[in-house]
Amino acid sequence: MRYSGFKIIAQALTGHRGWKPVWREPEPKRSYDIVVIGGGGHGLATAYYLAKEFGEANVAVVEKGWIGSGNVGRNTTIVRSNYLLPGNEPFYEFSMKLWEGLEQDFNYNAMVSQRGVLNLCHTDAQRDAFTRRGNAMRLHGVDAVLLDREGVRRIAPFLNFDNARFPIKGGLLQPRGGTVRHDAVAWGYARGADTHGVDIIQNCEVTGFRIENGKCLGVETTRGFIGAKKVGCAVAGASSQVMAKAGMRLPIESHVLQAFVSEGLKPLLPGVITYGAGHFYVSQSDKGGLVFGGDIDGYNSYAQRGNLPVIEDVCEGGMSLMPMIGRARLLRSWGGIMDMSMDGSPIIDRTDIEGLYFNGGWCYGGFKATPASGWCFAHLLATDMPHPNAAAYRFDRFRKGLMIDEKGMGAQPNLH
Amino acid sequence: MIINHPLLGPRDAQEFVYLGDATLIDRPDWQASEALDRFYEYLYLRDNPAGMHRELWFHEQGDRSWLVVTRNTVTHEITSVELARDVARARGRSK
Ligand SMILES: Cc1cc2nc3c(=O)[nH]c(=O)nc-3n(C[C@H](O)[C@H](O)[C@H](O)COP(=O)(O)OP(=O)(O)OC[C@H]3O[C@@H](n4cnc5c(N)ncnc54)[C@H](O)[C@@H]3O)c2cc1C
Repeated sequence: MRYSGFKIIAQALTGHRGWKPVWREPEPKRSYDIVVIGGGGHGLATAYYLAKEFGEANVAVVEKGWIGSGNVGRNTTIVRSNYLLPGNEPFYEFSMKLWEGLEQDFNYNAMVSQRGVLNLCHTDAQRDAFTRRGNAMRLHGVDAVLLDREGVRRIAPFLNFDNARFPIKGGLLQPRGGTVRHDAVAWGYARGADTHGVDIIQNCEVTGFRIENGKCLGVETTRGFIGAKKVGCAVAGASSQVMAKAGMRLPIESHVLQAFVSEGLKPLLPGVITYGAGHFYVSQSDKGGLVFGGDIDGYNSYAQRGNLPVIEDVCEGGMSLMPMIGRARLLRSWGGIMDMSMDGSPIIDRTDIEGLYFNGGWCYGGFKATPASGWCFAHLLATDMPHPNAAAYRFDRFRKGLMIDEKGMGAQPNLH
Repeated sequence: MIINHPLLGPRDAQEFVYLGDATLIDRPDWQASEALDRFYEYLYLRDNPAGMHRELWFHEQGDRSWLVVTRNTVTHEITSVELARDVARARGRSK
């Protein structure tokens, strides 16, 4: 069923009795051409583009819980393409362009809102770094605006400009950045994939791989063996766990990242604002809640919940940047498990096992990557060739010393 | 999380800095013929288990000792804390 304004009016007049379930709940078939593990944003987008752009009709997504139960439904919904390094910037800009056309493409309201992403700087050195980044972005054809103090004040007069220790010196603005309704991304891709014939199989955990003579023949699941000519793994925080079943060790650690939302307030924040002196970023949801977060907790974790020191740290950042936030009550906090890679950049690559492909290492920034990740992974699965925009995201970059380390932190996942 | 420091007693985890998997103690021999492979694995690859994890914490805001903490990554429960020095010595290091 295609959605349109007319459909909504017609349904409103007939008591909303005509809506249909948005995707089927099929039994798993004995085998598929391609099985994608993980019904998060990346797995669903991969399946959608496999079916729609690469003509793969016989595809399944297997998800251990329900789709959207992982990070795609837990993130703070920020999308941007303000990267510095050549391995990253074309990829994230490809993603931004896909976001811009996504709702028309999959006929679903994902509330893509290009309300701008503003990174604040507080020292001269930081402004130099932002100038460099902004120039790198513009060289790749991406929008970037360097603001002085008054420029920031025009956008966000409520910030603490009088902070003696961390004065606001200016900021780097990406006007095309913004937010996207995270759940709707999962649902929209699921619906789109299902419409193109993809089987979305929920409550089906992959427990192992059937590998014979170096070739992957399919996956063992809690609902039986599912054969596949090719298997693509896109399980985010569970990457090490799942790939260990194929005998692989990954350049990844799993860490917990927390997020927070306040009670609903009247429209207040024009867009996304990030603090450059502490780790704090904030935006306002369309329901009015301030959505904010900061650093990962910093130790290996699969707990999907964090600890109090980071909550304190994030709230201190908020108070320092916009003191009025202290008047708002915190409604909820939660955590998700990040696949933190050794250089802070992702991997989209095949493995040494024939027919087994991997997508992961998204760290805390994989939501914005969802469309491009799906497209590029689908490209790799369908054609066995890396997509040009994701060609740098290889496993062997660590062995070869070709790290894509945006922050220059080295092989220390909790610092990226 | 509270880390029960072998010398100082229970301390808030906030006083510590986290490094990662305690296998980082076992630095490969740089002269071995397969040193290149060993260092690649040592630097970049991790078991990243869900469950018991032996890991290195540095008491930066305290006595600046390195600890090996055994912690469950699913529940955050800490079951044992040793001085990294003792662990390394028990493996024949730093004689
Ligand atoms: C608090 C928080 C804030 C964030 N904020 C942002 C942000 O503002 N901007 C941004 O770009 N990114 C952000 N991120 C990161 C982003 O959410 C993730 O990088 C991205 O969602 C990961 O890809 P995914 O959607 O495919 O992951 P997930 O949704 O986690 O999908 C993985 C799926 O695999 C399934 N799975 C796991 N094991 C198995 C198995 N054995 N068998 C079958 N299925 C399995 C899981 O159940 C899960 O549904 C944030 C993350 C968190 C937690």
